[in-house]
Amino acid sequence: MSTPTGSTGRRDRRGILPWLAVPALLFFVGFAVVPLVGVLLLSFTTWDGIGGIHPSGLTSWRAVLTDPGLPHALWVTFLVMAVSWAVQTPASILLGTFLAGRQRYRAVLSLVYFVPLLLSSAAIAVAYKALLDPNFGLGAGLGTEWLSKDWLGRPWLAFGVVVFIVSWQFIPFHSLIYQGGVQQIPRSLYEAAALDGAGRIRQFFSITLPQLKYTIITSSTLMVIGSLTFFDLIFVLTEGGPGDATRVLALDMYKRGFQANLMGPASAIAVVLVLMGLAIALLLRRLGGRDAGESQLEGA
Amino acid sequence: MAIHLSRRTLLGLAAGIPASAALAACGSSGPGKDGDGGAATYWHLSGQPQEGVRTGAVERFNEAGSKGRIEVTTFENDAYKTKIKTAIGAGKAPTIIWGWGGGTLRSYVRAGQVDDLTPWFDRNPEVKNRLFPSSFGAATVDGKIYAMPFESVEPIVLFYNKRVFDDVGVEPPQSWDDIMALVPRFNAEGIAPFSLGGQSRWTNMMWLEFLFDRIGGPEVFQAVFDGEKDAWSHPAAIDALTKVQDLIKADGFIKGFSSITADSNADQALLYTGKAAMMLHGSWSYGIQQTEGGDFVSGDGLGFMNFPPVEGGKGDPGNSVGNPAQYLSISSKATAEQKEIAKDFFATGVLGDQEVKEWIDTGAVPIAKGSEKLLAESEGAEFLQFVYGIASNAKTFGQSWDQALSPTAAETLLDNIARLFQLSVSPQQFTDNLNEVIGK
Repeated sequence: MSTPTGSTGRRDRRGILPWLAVPALLFFVGFAVVPLVGVLLLSFTTWDGIGGIHPSGLTSWRAVLTDPGLPHALWVTFLVMAVSWAVQTPASILLGTFLAGRQRYRAVLSLVYFVPLLLSSAAIAVAYKALLDPNFGLGAGLGTEWLSKDWLGRPWLAFGVVVFIVSWQFIPFHSLIYQGGVQQIPRSLYEAAALDGAGRIRQFFSITLPQLKYTIITSSTLMVIGSLTFFDLIFVLTEGGPGDATRVLALDMYKRGFQANLMGPASAIAVVLVLMGLAIALLLRRLGGRDAGESQLEGA
Repeated sequence: MAIHLSRRTLLGLAAGIPASAALAACGSSGPGKDGDGGAATYWHLSGQPQEGVRTGAVERFNEAGSKGRIEVTTFENDAYKTKIKTAIGAGKAPTIIWGWGGGTLRSYVRAGQVDDLTPWFDRNPEVKNRLFPSSFGAATVDGKIYAMPFESVEPIVLFYNKRVFDDVGVEPPQSWDDIMALVPRFNAEGIAPFSLGGQSRWTNMMWLEFLFDRIGGPEVFQAVFDGEKDAWSHPAAIDALTKVQDLIKADGFIKGFSSITADSNADQALLYTGKAAMMLHGSWSYGIQQTEGGDFVSGDGLGFMNFPPVEGGKGDPGNSVGNPAQYLSISSKATAEQKEIAKDFFATGVLGDQEVKEWIDTGAVPIAKGSEKLLAESEGAEFLQFVYGIASNAKTFGQSWDQALSPTAAETLLDNIARLFQLSVSPQQFTDNLNEVIGK
């Protein structure tokens, strides 16, 4: 393909290649940029979703920024993000490293671990809700007292349940990423380390973890950005309750927009969500260093 | 090589553009006035047995109708609430809009999305006069009628499990003090005094609706509805909020009520399995107990009564709250032809003899007058006559608060009710929070 056929061919390719991006660009503009601008404009209006749209300057922003519900929702969102990251990352790295082994039983296990990923969040939420029902759920069915707690009715318990289910659902996915990452590490590194007398644990911390740096950044970005938009699972499971204990920002936005008919403030929250997502993604990229393309095997 | 690439590019573009155009088109099309020019469109709720009764009425109308056809689309309850709002906002509403009246209808009226039906009712008094007068309140905005009430009246009723009452050896409560006295009796036996699907929030609200009415009379909530400043701070309101928190503190409700939802019917199951002794719920609960409770209803296990009075309260113990009816409005964006079909349907197709009978068979009391005989002959005669009695005798039949208020105020209300039942706000904080959204 790169056989030089003279200057005409090269110029043509330069002229044509950008065009290949047009369909993708159209999609991106149509489904990301246009709605984004629309939301930004809506955040400066008053609209109940039914009648006319009235420009109202900063009213919506003032309402959102002075509402004590916003810092609370931000806090819950941050907590879900941080705690689920802290639970998922170590578990996924360990599982991924384990599954990277070539033994056959590990291949079978990796298939089993993959199952939660095949289920939709709504189905998972409905299933867990039924299992955790204090009167007709698992605890009552098995007659085990410790299982029949008011799981979704106490603020911290409900929060813990949300983090647990999120982790249960997404650890398989991230394990898969780490499994791939670990399998990319050249065996020669481990052989050299073994010759130098490094044990398995030493090998893990000195070779596997550092070599996984970019995989960790990729997986963390997915986790953190993903947890900003958690909605379906929490909506079905607790509807943000009890009270507002699990009301994350995305849920707050939905409730304001579609239940309370306040599209202006809901759009303002959407803008906050977008800005937060961009800022965090940027931050994570910086943490990974600017030269993401650098060789991970330097000096090896 | 260059030719190869350009051909691929063209193919790529050719494949990409129609796809994106088609996707873009998806967003703007949909069932609306631009459908089949001659037919009126009608959206309502899915879910049996009600769905069958609704579509049956339309089918009979379509078969008999000379003027035109009605095309029906059905939606699941919660999906419908969002869908209809979006469709109306986008100017793509169906000709006939099914709804609950009250605050949501008012938001449609304010936006000029539904037609004023007052002149039509004036010209067709026979249509109006055959329906319960109490059903028109929630259809009326600023003195004009914007919806036709139909289907059934659904008061909130205090259900109880007769078998559990016999086992414990107690009588159904005749007053609030009786309720508070029953709570320790049932708890001592390991039975929850009241079942409650607290996560659904409107379930908790029913308690406040009755306590407000029994203690302070219907004026207390009416003042909120009318948008009077600080109306929530009425002493009767504070008293009612305190009483309900007292009941919660005394373990009056089933353990874990705030994680039980009403749509899973787990709250109903608690009552018919005898894990709870009583439950405050809509009259539709009867049908659920009948189909899911085994021999609970047929074996005379289910008791029912109106909410008892509160000592020293001003409200009439005959008053009730709930859904006075369901409502049909006509979209102002529909064509003149479609509106004619819709009105023809209202006059000749809604609550006909066959439909009235079918509603009664589902365990509901239709809002058409003169069904006493059919009710008496029906399978659930005792219950249906009881509901009919409440609906026709209540001096005030209040509409459920979340339906009566605007969607904005209703959301704040439900949110604070959930917190009140969590004991995470005091009655004082509750009234402060709600005073802020009065009239919004």
